[in-house]
Amino acid sequence: MTQIPLSWLIALSAIVFTIGVVGVLVRRNALIIFMSIELMLNAANLAFVSFASHLKSLDGQIFVFFVMTVAAAEVAIGLAIIVQLFRLRETVFVDEIHLLKG
Amino acid sequence: MLVLFFGFAALLVVCSLLVVLHKNPVTSALFLVLAFSALAGIYLLQGAEFLGLVQIVVYAGAIMVLFLFVIMYLNLQHDVETGVQTAVRRGIGWLAGAALLLVATTLLRRGWALGPANEQVPAMEHGNVAAIGKVLYSRYLFPFEITSILLLVAMVGVIVIARGRARTAGEGAR
Repeated sequence: MTQIPLSWLIALSAIVFTIGVVGVLVRRNALIIFMSIELMLNAANLAFVSFASHLKSLDGQIFVFFVMTVAAAEVAIGLAIIVQLFRLRETVFVDEIHLLKG
Repeated sequence: MLVLFFGFAALLVVCSLLVVLHKNPVTSALFLVLAFSALAGIYLLQGAEFLGLVQIVVYAGAIMVLFLFVIMYLNLQHDVETGVQTAVRRGIGWLAGAALLLVATTLLRRGWALGPANEQVPAMEHGNVAAIGKVLYSRYLFPFEITSILLLVAMVGVIVIARGRARTAGEGAR
């Protein structure tokens, strides 16, 4: 069983994280921004798993498990907030939600 | 093995790009499911069987169902993204992404050394589920319990937030 080189995995993680950052910066639909945040979380998880399997340690995988749990809680809360925002403002476009802008 | 890795990696990158670029939120969500599945494949290739399956069950299953449910509940139309301001912001976004990728490549090209590998290899005959369970319920027992409380708090919070303001105001007036 050949090992996948660690640097390739980290490079893949960096690429996916960058795509997530671009998604947050470029799109204005709050749901797509949320999905991009999920992409970034998964890129971080990939880095964790890569280092864990390279170091032959289980701690990184346990940490990914915790990250997944927190991500599930975060998604539930965030989507509830988006639904509530849509009820109040009739939009999910972040440009049109500028109540704090003064 | 490497062929599989390249296949999954290409699928992951293409699907992530399509999540960001596609106009229709439902299609974006479905591509995100595909990206998560590709990531689960990469986890499996690295010998992290438990995480690969949890990735499919939690991410591709639960979280994406939640996303799709909200998208359909809100009945979102296609994004209309036009105008000079949007174009400028989009350019700035891509520029920032390119800069971030540049930083990442320069950091990765420099020499970086890892700590010593763990000599004591966990038991791997039938996947690593048993080993993870042992570690999770011994050394990480307290964080595990905290996580369950976090999920409970999130559940209560979601119910309170999504219940709506009308009933709360009515109860206040009563």
